[in-house]
Amino acid sequence: MSTVIDRPPTVTAVGGGVDRPPVHERRRWGLTVVGAVVATVFLAPYVIMLVGAFKTRPEILRVPPTYLPENWEPGNFLTMWDTPETPLPANLLSTVVISLGGTALALLAALPAAYYTARHNFRLKLPFMLLVLVTQMLQPTVLASGLFREFVTLEINDTWLAMILVNAAFNLSFAVWIMHSFFASVPKEIEEAAWLDGCSRSQSLRQIMLPLVWPGIVTAVIFTFIACWNEFAASLILLPTDTNQPLTVALTRFIGQYESAWQYVFAVSIIGILPVVALFALIEKHLVSGLTAGGVK
Amino acid sequence: MTAPSTATRSLKRRVRRQTTLQALPWLAPALILIGGVVVFPIGYMIYTSFRDLTRFGTDRGWAGLENYERVLELDHLSRVLSNTALWVVGVVALSVGLGLVLAQFLNKRFPGRKILRLVIIVPWAASVVMTSTVFVYGLDPFYGIINQFLVDVGILDTPYGFLKNALPGFLSAMAVAVFVSVPFTTFVFLAGLQTVPHDVLEAAQIDGASRVQTYWRVVFPMLRGALAVATIINVINVFNSLPILKTMTGAIPGYDADTTTSLMFKIIQNDRQIDTASALSVLNFIVVVVVIGVYLRVVRPMRED
Repeated sequence: MSTVIDRPPTVTAVGGGVDRPPVHERRRWGLTVVGAVVATVFLAPYVIMLVGAFKTRPEILRVPPTYLPENWEPGNFLTMWDTPETPLPANLLSTVVISLGGTALALLAALPAAYYTARHNFRLKLPFMLLVLVTQMLQPTVLASGLFREFVTLEINDTWLAMILVNAAFNLSFAVWIMHSFFASVPKEIEEAAWLDGCSRSQSLRQIMLPLVWPGIVTAVIFTFIACWNEFAASLILLPTDTNQPLTVALTRFIGQYESAWQYVFAVSIIGILPVVALFALIEKHLVSGLTAGGVK
Repeated sequence: MTAPSTATRSLKRRVRRQTTLQALPWLAPALILIGGVVVFPIGYMIYTSFRDLTRFGTDRGWAGLENYERVLELDHLSRVLSNTALWVVGVVALSVGLGLVLAQFLNKRFPGRKILRLVIIVPWAASVVMTSTVFVYGLDPFYGIINQFLVDVGILDTPYGFLKNALPGFLSAMAVAVFVSVPFTTFVFLAGLQTVPHDVLEAAQIDGASRVQTYWRVVFPMLRGALAVATIINVINVFNSLPILKTMTGAIPGYDADTTTSLMFKIIQNDRQIDTASALSVLNFIVVVVVIGVYLRVVRPMRED
């Protein structure tokens, strides 16, 4: 590692002096105004979504449209479950089951690999990590026809299991990578000291390592969960039955219909986006290193 | 150093083989998953691309290069290829450019910076399908709220059917693709900016370098790694992107607003020709493999520190 990186990440680049006179204070508030404009641009689609979720059906299809609802209709969040376009309760259940299953399976496979590769040197370590890295750059999209053929042959096409396997496999690499870097950052001596003090291997794992690498595990779990939650392309091909489809695929059924129930599309989207954004914010600071496998230094 | 005797060498080899065997139980679950759900489908896809399949999936035997010929003979292929090039180059270039600017901005200190960082995460975390549907609704010429806004602020005279025709629809989809790609790109550059040491910047300022000079001569060269990562990972993501085109231009008849990825999904879903789709997928896969190769050469990730 070059000496540069050992510095704490608090160093700021150009501009942004630490304690400067009031002239700079004023400039900083100017930056805040620019920041507010940027924030508005990034939030605008989601504000449209939120407002639309509270419009009545006649209002959301009105020409010309209204910006804010004349009658706020929170009932959309209740009535949407009976919408004729798609079986929404089943779709939500699919998303939840596939996401939980995919995350659990990915974690189960990634955890031992991440621990072992961080702690031991062996000849096939580099090829293994390379395989993991290449997997991260592949997406189910480009392999859709191969996956489809495989699952048809195995007769698990159109099942949750198929999508749990796909999600686990394609998100495994992020989980391995992020947890590997956390395990590797714990000095081996800490573990060895625990063994000397009479800890068994599993005891030292549970009582010494786990608390130290916990943030890495949480990051891996949350990231995998979100990736499963948002998956679209493979589900589109592998889950033809409407009751098996996740929310992402179900939403496309509304589009292109003569008078789409946009208020339901948006109400579902709000439910689909809010928890994910909250979880994402928790792991933001670890994401780049995990997604680029240490490529940015 | 003297050459090790054959005895120690064979001992070493035995030890190494042992450690590899010991590693196996730890790696097995990951290897099985990657082997079964990533490597095997690649092989099966290549195999299928040389087979003749009915619409119901019955294998009618060896097809030679027929599937590939069928792909190359598609009359809309040249349009799809130029769309794909425009899609990847345009979206990645704009995302990288905007990401660079935004990262520079977020690297400054100002009140509200942390909130802005959180706000920018939203399009990254949110489902791309869900984000795209807002634009499908908002760009509608009759009840679309974005159209209404563009008319109200005077940019448009009358609402415009952005998603009714191939070219404007495709360009709108590109704009949304940039919108959802910028956050990740920005965060990669932010990580890159944090490796720029403070004393180097101070030295440049003491030497009388202007802000612009400092940026282009000192900061930007240090961002080369981040630039390579952001560009290449975006190329792969954008090339493989389906949800935006599926939701925004999927309803436009024909193939004038398709990339090779969305075309492949149409061949699977509408035509049910898994064999032809596999041939096209293999070609797409080759593109992805080349990009991964470039990534490994240029970025050299996993450098052991």
